[in-house]
Amino acid sequence: MLPVRCAKCRPSSNWKRALNATFGASASHTRTLSTAQSTRDGRPFRLAVIGSGPAGFYTAYRAMSKIQNAKVDMYEALPVPFGLVRFGVAPDHPEVKNCQEKFEEVASSPNFTFIGNVSIGTKSDHPDGGTIPLASILRHYNAVVFSYGAAKDRTLGIPGEDLKGVYSAREFVGWYNGLPEHADLAPDLTQGDEAVIIGQGNVALDVARMLLEDVDVLRKSDIAEHAIETLSKSKVKRVHIVGRRGPMQAAFTIKEARELMRLPSVASHSIDTTLIPPDLKSLPRAPRRLMDILLKGSPTPPPSSSEFNTITKSWSLDFLLSPTAFLPSATNPTQLSATQFARTTLSSPFDPKAYALPSSPPQTTLLPSSIAFRSIGYKSTPLPEFAALGIPFNDRWGVISNDGRGGRVQHEERAADAAMEMGPFPGLYCAGWVKRGPTGVIASTMEDAFSTADAIAEDWGGGAAGSGGRVKFLGDGDGEVDGWEGVRRDDIGVVGNARVVDWEGWRRIDAAERERGAKVGKEREKFTRTADMLAVVG
Amino acid sequence: MSTPKLLAQTLPSLRLTPRRTAGSIARHVRCYTKPSSAPLPAAPNRSAQVPVRRSPWSNSFQKRTFSASPAVSHGHVEPPKPGEELYVTFIDKEGAEHKIAVSKGDNLLDIAQANDLEMEGACGGSCACSTCHVIVLDQEYYDKMPEPDDDENDMLDLAFGLQETSRLGCQVVMKPELDGLRVKLPSMTRNLQSSDFK
Repeated sequence: MLPVRCAKCRPSSNWKRALNATFGASASHTRTLSTAQSTRDGRPFRLAVIGSGPAGFYTAYRAMSKIQNAKVDMYEALPVPFGLVRFGVAPDHPEVKNCQEKFEEVASSPNFTFIGNVSIGTKSDHPDGGTIPLASILRHYNAVVFSYGAAKDRTLGIPGEDLKGVYSAREFVGWYNGLPEHADLAPDLTQGDEAVIIGQGNVALDVARMLLEDVDVLRKSDIAEHAIETLSKSKVKRVHIVGRRGPMQAAFTIKEARELMRLPSVASHSIDTTLIPPDLKSLPRAPRRLMDILLKGSPTPPPSSSEFNTITKSWSLDFLLSPTAFLPSATNPTQLSATQFARTTLSSPFDPKAYALPSSPPQTTLLPSSIAFRSIGYKSTPLPEFAALGIPFNDRWGVISNDGRGGRVQHEERAADAAMEMGPFPGLYCAGWVKRGPTGVIASTMEDAFSTADAIAEDWGGGAAGSGGRVKFLGDGDGEVDGWEGVRRDDIGVVGNARVVDWEGWRRIDAAERERGAKVGKEREKFTRTADMLAVVG
Repeated sequence: MSTPKLLAQTLPSLRLTPRRTAGSIARHVRCYTKPSSAPLPAAPNRSAQVPVRRSPWSNSFQKRTFSASPAVSHGHVEPPKPGEELYVTFIDKEGAEHKIAVSKGDNLLDIAQANDLEMEGACGGSCACSTCHVIVLDQEYYDKMPEPDDDENDMLDLAFGLQETSRLGCQVVMKPELDGLRVKLPSMTRNLQSSDFK
């Protein structure tokens, strides 16, 4: 007998019924779907999703529930899914990773195919990985969703950025989370006790927490083993989290600030109160609560200057400092020893949109730092074929040009009156950070992915009411497309030699990681090498 | 891949970490900071999970007639015992009302999900996201709930369409005083503008 999924364990909601509709699994339900599903002459809808992070999964989930007979193929360059949920979310935030449960449900649908270890357009990092041209994907699907995120980071462009001891926060986060690309980062945390983090977003606060938190606490998380080894030898005791602007303009969210304040035996240094509005009551709720936390500080008092660096680990938010140079050590010209900043002033200290101006007269501040992290934002890049295929990428904002809410890719086209104007690129959509820029928590990515999927469903169903005419998709007029089957047929040379990892393969990796973790009292011990992942797949 | 195998995979939808229970006194204590030599519990083995059959009441539940079948007990919503029903009304994004009979102790996220209402609960009810945001319609009912703690408020700060009477569904636990509660699911109306990228 087939075991039957308990309706109360998890939502057997509309989408679930839709996902399993081909099995007749919906037969036991008496309620009808509350939302009509989009259809186009009953044809199957073939959707390729590029990238398996939360944006890709939430788009797939919503599209599969809103479009009749939708079949989704999800391409992932690594053998393992979940993107930044696996490689970005801090290891001490396991509750944030619970969204993986939903992704697993999506992936278990017969209408969903995971195609792991296959890179689109960009050459795979691994000799056993597959690389498929984007042009081939465009030929075999009705629509494509770009949800490949932001895999690069912004640089400061100041002298000394290549000194030993200067790291990108993105690499550091990838390294402690076991991302194969940065498995060999080996940051040196033993050169001194002061660290500087440039940038004041949540990634900066995550990095600070990793440097300050008790290693024995982290040891029980799913942090990579090599990170525990390195962090347990760390000499870092004083962390500066530095921003060009003030607390009212900072990008971090309250949960992360509160967490730092709550770290046992870790002290926060008091902040420059002149940057906080004197009358907190006049502020809207969110900034009011955040400012309140910053003013209260940590229960552990900051060390006095005499005992500085000997007793307590401590951190501070340093405002109004713009980095100008990383300075080498006098004894070792390749090693960082200090970070130099120019002092700034704010156009209006309490305005969240205030900008930083150089202070007048110019003032320079030096923070001793044997290690510095650049945490000023992730950056999306266009796929190599974008230019040739006419897919526009906005370099300034680091996003694929799109219509905003619906994630419809926009390109220049010739209008009826022969003038050039922006219009939707048929069948191309984007979601997540490559759509709206590298900010926001999982809830914002979910909402954003849902609106992309809603746009796809609306377009496939015939377009918005009153729009007149059908919305064009890829492959319209050429009969049915067959997705992954077609791609495989076309690219047999590439795919034939690649070790493609399907969902079953990921489950083997997952099980092996959990088993490794159980032996050392962790939820999982990640493989940090693609070859080791593939070895488990068999 | 065979069909039974696929279906079997969809089955035990297990939580990786235990749900945070509203009202738990341990709420402020991060599990990682507890001094404990005991290893974290290993994730349950999927194959070891005994498959649970859908109980007959799951459908009748929605029609608000209750069978006498024994309740399946696995930590989520239970059908209310006759005479002990509490009622909660959800107003969905389309404005439709769903009045549901529930038991004391159920939280709004579990109730919404058990009844196919559109509420995500991305973090699995652990108060780590804002996707189960609800707006309590009557101040009087809002006042009868224990005040949201710091962690819940921190998440509400990130919620779209925050109102004075906003709560996270996972943190609102039904009790007799809340019988007749009415909550609205906020519609996601935030429009992304090009200015968001600036």
